[in-house]
Amino acid sequence: MAEKERNSNGMKGMTVIVKTISSWVKVLIFLFGIYIIIFGHLTPGGGFAGGVILASSYVLLMLAFGREFAEENLSLPVASRLDCVGALLFAAVALFGLFYGAASFFWNFIHRKYLLGEPLELVSAGTIPLSNIAIGLKVGASLFLVILVLSTFRPEPSANKGE
Amino acid sequence: MAIFYILLLFMIIAAIIAVETQDLLSSVICVGAIGFGGSLMFLFLRAPDIAITQIVVEVLGLIILIRATIVRDRTFITGDREFFGMVVSMVIIFVIFLAGIKILEVLPAFGTPIFAEVSDAASQTYIREGLRETGAANLVASVILDFRAYDTLGEATVLFTAIIGATVILRKKSRKLLEEPDV
Repeated sequence: MAEKERNSNGMKGMTVIVKTISSWVKVLIFLFGIYIIIFGHLTPGGGFAGGVILASSYVLLMLAFGREFAEENLSLPVASRLDCVGALLFAAVALFGLFYGAASFFWNFIHRKYLLGEPLELVSAGTIPLSNIAIGLKVGASLFLVILVLSTFRPEPSANKGE
Repeated sequence: MAIFYILLLFMIIAAIIAVETQDLLSSVICVGAIGFGGSLMFLFLRAPDIAITQIVVEVLGLIILIRATIVRDRTFITGDREFFGMVVSMVIIFVIFLAGIKILEVLPAFGTPIFAEVSDAASQTYIREGLRETGAANLVASVILDFRAYDTLGEATVLFTAIIGATVILRKKSRKLLEEPDV
Protein backbone atom coordinates (compact mmCIF):
# COMPACT_ATOMS: atom_id res chain seq x y z
CA MET A 1 0.00 0.00 0.00
CA ALA A 2 2.96 2.31 0.53
CA GLU A 3 4.05 1.69 -3.05
CA LYS A 4 0.63 2.57 -4.41
CA GLU A 5 0.70 5.79 -2.49
CA ARG A 6 4.16 6.60 -3.74
CA ASN A 7 3.10 5.78 -7.28
CA SER A 8 0.26 8.22 -7.15
CA ASN A 9 2.57 10.90 -5.80
CA GLY A 10 2.90 14.06 -7.81
CA MET A 11 6.53 13.35 -8.54
CA LYS A 12 5.85 10.50 -10.91
CA GLY A 13 2.56 11.23 -12.65
CA MET A 14 -0.39 9.01 -13.29
CA THR A 15 -1.52 6.32 -15.73
CA VAL A 16 -1.83 6.65 -19.51
CA ILE A 17 -5.61 7.20 -19.42
CA VAL A 18 -5.28 10.14 -17.07
CA LYS A 19 -2.42 11.61 -19.11
CA THR A 20 -4.29 11.41 -22.42
CA ILE A 21 -7.52 12.90 -21.16
CA SER A 22 -5.88 15.60 -19.10
CA SER A 23 -3.81 16.76 -22.05
CA TRP A 24 -7.06 17.55 -23.86
CA VAL A 25 -8.96 18.89 -20.89
CA LYS A 26 -6.28 21.29 -19.65
CA VAL A 27 -6.45 23.30 -22.86
CA LEU A 28 -10.21 23.71 -22.35
CA ILE A 29 -9.70 24.77 -18.74
CA PHE A 30 -7.07 27.31 -19.80
CA LEU A 31 -9.39 28.72 -22.46
CA PHE A 32 -12.25 28.92 -19.98
CA GLY A 33 -10.02 30.83 -17.57
CA ILE A 34 -9.07 33.32 -20.27
CA TYR A 35 -12.76 33.74 -21.16
CA ILE A 36 -13.73 34.49 -17.56
CA ILE A 37 -10.94 37.07 -17.26
CA ILE A 38 -11.55 38.91 -20.50
CA PHE A 39 -15.34 39.05 -20.21
CA GLY A 40 -15.12 40.08 -16.55
CA HIS A 41 -16.89 43.35 -17.14
CA LEU A 42 -19.87 41.74 -18.87
CA THR A 43 -20.52 38.39 -17.19
CA PRO A 44 -19.84 37.27 -13.62
CA GLY A 45 -16.28 36.32 -12.83
CA GLY A 46 -13.51 38.81 -13.11
CA GLY A 47 -9.81 38.69 -12.51
CA PHE A 48 -9.61 36.65 -9.30
CA ALA A 49 -11.81 33.73 -10.32
CA GLY A 50 -10.28 33.59 -13.79
CA GLY A 51 -6.76 33.64 -12.38
CA VAL A 52 -7.52 30.74 -10.07
CA ILE A 53 -8.92 28.76 -13.03
CA LEU A 54 -5.70 29.43 -15.00
CA ALA A 55 -3.63 28.21 -12.06
CA SER A 56 -5.75 25.08 -11.74
CA SER A 57 -5.10 24.12 -15.37
CA TYR A 58 -1.39 24.08 -14.58
CA VAL A 59 -2.07 22.15 -11.37
CA LEU A 60 -3.85 19.54 -13.50
CA LEU A 61 -0.73 19.34 -15.64
CA MET A 62 1.40 18.86 -12.54
CA LEU A 63 -0.81 16.18 -11.01
CA ALA A 64 -1.13 14.14 -14.20
CA PHE A 65 2.39 14.32 -15.58
CA GLY A 66 4.59 14.77 -12.55
CA ARG A 67 6.25 17.76 -11.03
CA GLU A 68 9.36 17.79 -13.25
CA PHE A 69 7.29 18.02 -16.44
CA ALA A 70 5.28 20.94 -15.10
CA GLU A 71 8.43 22.63 -13.90
CA GLU A 72 9.94 22.41 -17.40
CA ASN A 73 6.73 23.81 -18.83
CA LEU A 74 6.51 26.82 -16.53
CA SER A 75 9.53 27.01 -14.30
CA LEU A 76 9.85 28.81 -10.99
CA PRO A 77 11.67 31.97 -12.18
CA VAL A 78 9.30 32.42 -15.14
CA ALA A 79 6.21 32.09 -12.94
CA SER A 80 7.65 34.51 -10.43
CA ARG A 81 8.40 37.04 -13.16
CA LEU A 82 4.88 36.70 -14.60
CA ASP A 83 3.51 37.39 -11.14
CA CYS A 84 5.56 40.57 -10.86
CA VAL A 85 4.56 41.68 -14.38
CA GLY A 86 0.91 41.33 -13.42
CA ALA A 87 1.35 43.40 -10.28
CA LEU A 88 3.30 46.09 -12.16
CA LEU A 89 0.64 46.22 -14.87
CA PHE A 90 -2.04 46.82 -12.25
CA ALA A 91 0.02 49.60 -10.70
CA ALA A 92 0.67 51.08 -14.16
CA VAL A 93 -3.09 51.23 -14.87
CA ALA A 94 -3.50 53.12 -11.60
CA LEU A 95 -0.68 55.55 -12.34
CA PHE A 96 -1.86 56.30 -15.86
CA GLY A 97 -5.14 57.40 -14.34
CA LEU A 98 -3.14 59.82 -12.24
CA PHE A 99 -1.32 61.25 -15.26
CA TYR A 100 -4.14 61.44 -17.75
CA GLY A 101 -7.00 62.76 -15.76
CA ALA A 102 -8.09 63.95 -12.39
CA ALA A 103 -5.74 63.96 -9.44
CA SER A 104 -6.52 60.47 -8.19
CA PHE A 105 -5.49 56.87 -8.78
CA PHE A 106 -7.58 54.50 -10.89
CA TRP A 107 -9.44 57.14 -12.75
CA ASN A 108 -11.14 55.40 -15.62
CA PHE A 109 -9.45 57.58 -18.21
CA ILE A 110 -10.13 55.37 -21.22
CA HIS A 111 -13.85 55.40 -20.62
CA ARG A 112 -14.13 59.10 -19.85
CA LYS A 113 -11.94 60.65 -22.47
CA TYR A 114 -10.74 58.37 -25.18
CA LEU A 115 -12.75 55.32 -26.09
CA LEU A 116 -16.39 55.44 -25.08
CA GLY A 117 -17.56 52.04 -26.25
CA GLU A 118 -21.07 50.69 -26.31
CA PRO A 119 -22.23 48.91 -23.17
CA LEU A 120 -22.49 45.11 -23.40
CA GLU A 121 -19.75 45.05 -26.02
CA LEU A 122 -16.30 43.63 -25.48
CA VAL A 123 -14.59 46.98 -25.98
CA SER A 124 -16.20 49.09 -23.29
CA ALA A 125 -15.75 50.08 -19.67
CA GLY A 126 -12.35 51.64 -20.08
CA THR A 127 -9.60 50.38 -17.82
CA ILE A 128 -11.68 47.61 -16.24
CA PRO A 129 -10.70 44.85 -18.73
CA LEU A 130 -7.03 45.89 -18.42
CA SER A 131 -7.20 45.63 -14.64
CA ASN A 132 -8.92 42.26 -14.97
CA ILE A 133 -6.16 40.92 -17.23
CA ALA A 134 -3.45 42.19 -14.86
CA ILE A 135 -5.11 40.66 -11.80
CA GLY A 136 -5.80 37.38 -13.61
CA LEU A 137 -2.16 37.06 -14.65
CA LYS A 138 -0.99 37.85 -11.14
CA VAL A 139 -3.32 35.48 -9.30
CA GLY A 140 -2.73 32.63 -11.73
CA ALA A 141 1.05 32.87 -11.58
CA SER A 142 1.03 33.27 -7.78
CA LEU A 143 -1.11 30.22 -7.05
CA PHE A 144 0.84 28.01 -9.42
CA LEU A 145 4.06 29.23 -7.77
CA VAL A 146 2.75 28.32 -4.32
CA ILE A 147 1.70 24.83 -5.34
CA LEU A 148 5.00 24.20 -7.13
CA VAL A 149 6.99 25.34 -4.10
CA LEU A 150 4.81 23.36 -1.67
CA SER A 151 5.27 20.18 -3.66
CA THR A 152 9.04 20.37 -3.64
CA PHE A 153 9.12 21.03 0.10
CA ARG A 154 10.24 17.97 2.00
CA PRO A 155 10.16 18.30 5.78
CA GLU A 156 13.33 17.17 7.50
CA PRO A 157 12.96 13.59 8.74
CA SER A 158 15.54 13.92 11.51
CA ALA A 159 14.89 17.44 12.74
CA ASN A 160 11.57 17.00 14.57
CA LYS A 161 10.87 14.53 17.32
CA GLY A 162 7.04 14.57 17.44
CA GLU A 163 4.63 15.12 14.56
CA MET B 1 -36.26 29.87 2.00
CA ALA B 2 -36.16 26.22 2.94
CA ILE B 3 -33.15 25.62 0.72
CA PHE B 4 -31.05 27.93 2.88
CA TYR B 5 -31.80 25.97 6.04
CA ILE B 6 -31.04 22.68 4.33
CA LEU B 7 -27.70 24.00 3.07
CA LEU B 8 -26.91 25.47 6.48
CA LEU B 9 -27.61 22.14 8.16
CA PHE B 10 -25.43 20.39 5.61
CA MET B 11 -22.56 22.77 6.25
CA ILE B 12 -22.86 22.48 10.03
CA ILE B 13 -22.88 18.69 9.91
CA ALA B 14 -19.87 18.68 7.59
CA ALA B 15 -18.01 21.06 9.90
CA ILE B 16 -18.69 18.91 12.95
CA ILE B 17 -17.52 15.80 11.13
CA ALA B 18 -14.41 17.63 9.89
CA VAL B 19 -13.43 18.52 13.44
CA GLU B 20 -14.35 15.31 15.20
CA THR B 21 -13.07 12.60 12.89
CA GLN B 22 -9.68 10.99 13.29
CA ASP B 23 -9.04 10.11 9.67
CA LEU B 24 -7.44 12.98 7.75
CA LEU B 25 -8.95 12.04 4.39
CA SER B 26 -12.50 12.30 5.75
CA SER B 27 -11.65 15.59 7.38
CA VAL B 28 -10.31 17.08 4.15
CA ILE B 29 -13.34 15.87 2.20
CA CYS B 30 -15.65 17.48 4.75
CA VAL B 31 -13.78 20.77 4.40
CA GLY B 32 -14.42 20.50 0.67
CA ALA B 33 -18.11 19.85 1.35
CA ILE B 34 -18.31 23.00 3.46
CA GLY B 35 -16.87 25.06 0.61
CA PHE B 36 -19.27 23.45 -1.84
CA GLY B 37 -22.27 24.22 0.37
CA GLY B 38 -21.08 27.80 0.70
CA SER B 39 -20.83 28.15 -3.06
CA LEU B 40 -24.38 26.82 -3.53
CA MET B 41 -25.60 29.28 -0.94
CA PHE B 42 -23.98 32.18 -2.79
CA LEU B 43 -25.63 31.00 -5.99
CA PHE B 44 -29.06 30.95 -4.38
CA LEU B 45 -28.44 34.38 -2.88
CA ARG B 46 -27.87 35.70 -6.43
CA ALA B 47 -24.13 36.42 -6.19
CA PRO B 48 -22.55 34.50 -9.08
CA ASP B 49 -19.13 36.23 -8.92
CA ILE B 50 -18.53 35.05 -5.38
CA ALA B 51 -19.94 31.59 -6.20
CA ILE B 52 -17.43 31.09 -9.02
CA THR B 53 -14.52 32.31 -6.89
CA GLN B 54 -15.58 30.18 -3.91
CA ILE B 55 -15.85 26.95 -5.86
CA VAL B 56 -12.53 27.28 -7.68
CA VAL B 57 -10.62 28.41 -4.60
CA GLU B 58 -12.12 25.56 -2.59
CA VAL B 59 -11.09 22.99 -5.21
CA LEU B 60 -7.56 24.40 -5.30
CA GLY B 61 -7.40 24.51 -1.52
CA LEU B 62 -8.50 20.88 -1.37
CA ILE B 63 -5.71 19.90 -3.73
CA ILE B 64 -3.16 21.76 -1.59
CA LEU B 65 -4.47 20.12 1.58
CA ILE B 66 -4.43 16.63 0.10
CA ARG B 67 -0.94 17.08 -1.31
CA ALA B 68 0.38 18.48 1.94
CA THR B 69 -1.03 15.83 4.27
CA ILE B 70 -2.24 12.58 2.78
CA VAL B 71 0.35 11.89 0.11
CA ARG B 72 3.06 12.32 2.72
CA ASP B 73 1.66 9.31 4.64
CA ARG B 74 0.25 11.30 7.51
CA THR B 75 -3.25 9.89 7.58
CA PHE B 76 -4.24 9.85 11.23
CA ILE B 77 -4.46 12.38 13.99
CA THR B 78 -3.46 11.01 17.37
CA GLY B 79 -3.33 12.40 20.84
CA ASP B 80 -5.87 13.83 23.23
CA ARG B 81 -7.21 17.32 23.30
CA GLU B 82 -5.93 19.80 25.82
CA PHE B 83 -8.40 20.73 28.51
CA PHE B 84 -7.32 24.35 28.81
CA GLY B 85 -7.54 24.97 25.08
CA MET B 86 -11.06 23.56 24.97
CA VAL B 87 -12.22 25.75 27.86
CA VAL B 88 -10.77 28.90 26.28
CA SER B 89 -12.40 28.22 22.91
CA MET B 90 -15.77 27.51 24.57
CA VAL B 91 -15.60 30.82 26.41
CA ILE B 92 -14.73 32.72 23.25
CA ILE B 93 -17.56 31.05 21.30
CA PHE B 94 -20.01 31.89 24.08
CA VAL B 95 -18.99 35.57 24.12
CA ILE B 96 -19.33 35.79 20.33
CA PHE B 97 -22.73 34.09 20.56
CA LEU B 98 -23.99 36.65 23.08
CA ALA B 99 -22.77 39.52 20.90
CA GLY B 100 -24.43 37.89 17.89
CA ILE B 101 -27.80 37.72 19.65
CA LYS B 102 -27.58 41.42 20.46
CA ILE B 103 -26.78 42.28 16.84
CA LEU B 104 -29.46 40.02 15.33
CA GLU B 105 -32.17 42.07 16.99
CA VAL B 106 -31.04 45.18 15.13
CA LEU B 107 -30.54 43.73 11.65
CA PRO B 108 -33.35 44.00 9.07
CA ALA B 109 -35.10 40.91 7.72
CA PHE B 110 -33.29 38.31 5.64
CA GLY B 111 -33.07 39.41 2.01
CA THR B 112 -33.51 43.16 2.41
CA PRO B 113 -30.47 45.39 2.01
CA ILE B 114 -28.79 46.83 5.09
CA PHE B 115 -27.33 50.17 4.10
CA ALA B 116 -29.84 51.20 1.46
CA GLU B 117 -32.32 52.95 3.72
CA VAL B 118 -31.88 56.36 2.14
CA SER B 119 -31.94 56.95 -1.59
CA ASP B 120 -28.51 58.59 -1.82
CA ALA B 121 -26.68 55.85 0.04
CA ALA B 122 -23.53 54.57 -1.65
CA SER B 123 -25.07 51.34 -2.93
CA GLN B 124 -28.01 53.09 -4.57
CA THR B 125 -25.63 55.57 -6.20
CA TYR B 126 -23.59 52.71 -7.63
CA ILE B 127 -26.69 51.00 -9.00
CA ARG B 128 -28.02 54.19 -10.60
CA GLU B 129 -24.81 55.65 -11.98
CA GLY B 130 -22.78 52.49 -12.52
CA LEU B 131 -23.45 51.82 -16.19
CA ARG B 132 -23.25 55.47 -17.21
CA GLU B 133 -20.08 56.34 -15.35
CA THR B 134 -17.99 53.26 -15.96
CA GLY B 135 -19.60 51.58 -18.96
CA ALA B 136 -19.38 48.10 -17.44
CA ALA B 137 -22.46 45.91 -17.61
CA ASN B 138 -21.31 43.89 -14.58
CA LEU B 139 -21.89 46.19 -11.62
CA VAL B 140 -19.74 44.08 -9.31
CA ALA B 141 -16.74 44.57 -11.60
CA SER B 142 -17.43 48.29 -11.80
CA VAL B 143 -17.49 48.53 -8.00
CA ILE B 144 -14.37 46.51 -7.30
CA LEU B 145 -12.31 47.91 -10.15
CA ASP B 146 -13.50 51.47 -10.55
CA PHE B 147 -15.39 52.86 -7.59
CA ARG B 148 -13.49 50.94 -4.89
CA ALA B 149 -10.28 50.15 -6.72
CA TYR B 150 -8.12 51.01 -3.70
CA ASP B 151 -9.49 47.98 -1.89
CA THR B 152 -8.58 45.79 -4.84
CA LEU B 153 -5.08 47.27 -4.79
CA GLY B 154 -4.79 46.39 -1.11
CA GLU B 155 -6.05 42.86 -1.72
CA ALA B 156 -3.64 42.34 -4.61
CA THR B 157 -0.77 43.61 -2.45
CA VAL B 158 -1.65 41.22 0.39
CA LEU B 159 -1.77 38.26 -2.00
CA PHE B 160 1.53 39.27 -3.58
CA THR B 161 3.28 39.62 -0.22
CA ALA B 162 1.94 36.30 1.05
CA ILE B 163 3.13 34.46 -2.05
CA ILE B 164 6.57 36.07 -1.83
CA GLY B 165 6.81 35.08 1.83
CA ALA B 166 5.82 31.48 1.14
CA THR B 167 8.23 31.18 -1.79
CA VAL B 168 11.18 32.58 0.14
CA ILE B 169 10.66 30.33 3.15
CA LEU B 170 10.01 27.13 1.24
CA ARG B 171 12.80 27.32 -1.29
CA LYS B 172 15.40 24.57 -1.38
CA LYS B 173 18.31 26.97 -1.64
CA SER B 174 17.49 28.85 1.54
CA ARG B 175 17.11 25.70 3.59
CA LYS B 176 20.40 24.35 2.38
CA LEU B 177 22.12 27.58 3.35
CA LEU B 178 20.53 27.31 6.77
CA GLU B 179 21.82 23.79 7.32
CA GLU B 180 25.48 24.34 6.53
CA PRO B 181 27.40 25.85 9.48
CA ASP B 182 29.90 27.78 7.33
CA VAL B 183 28.98 28.72 3.80
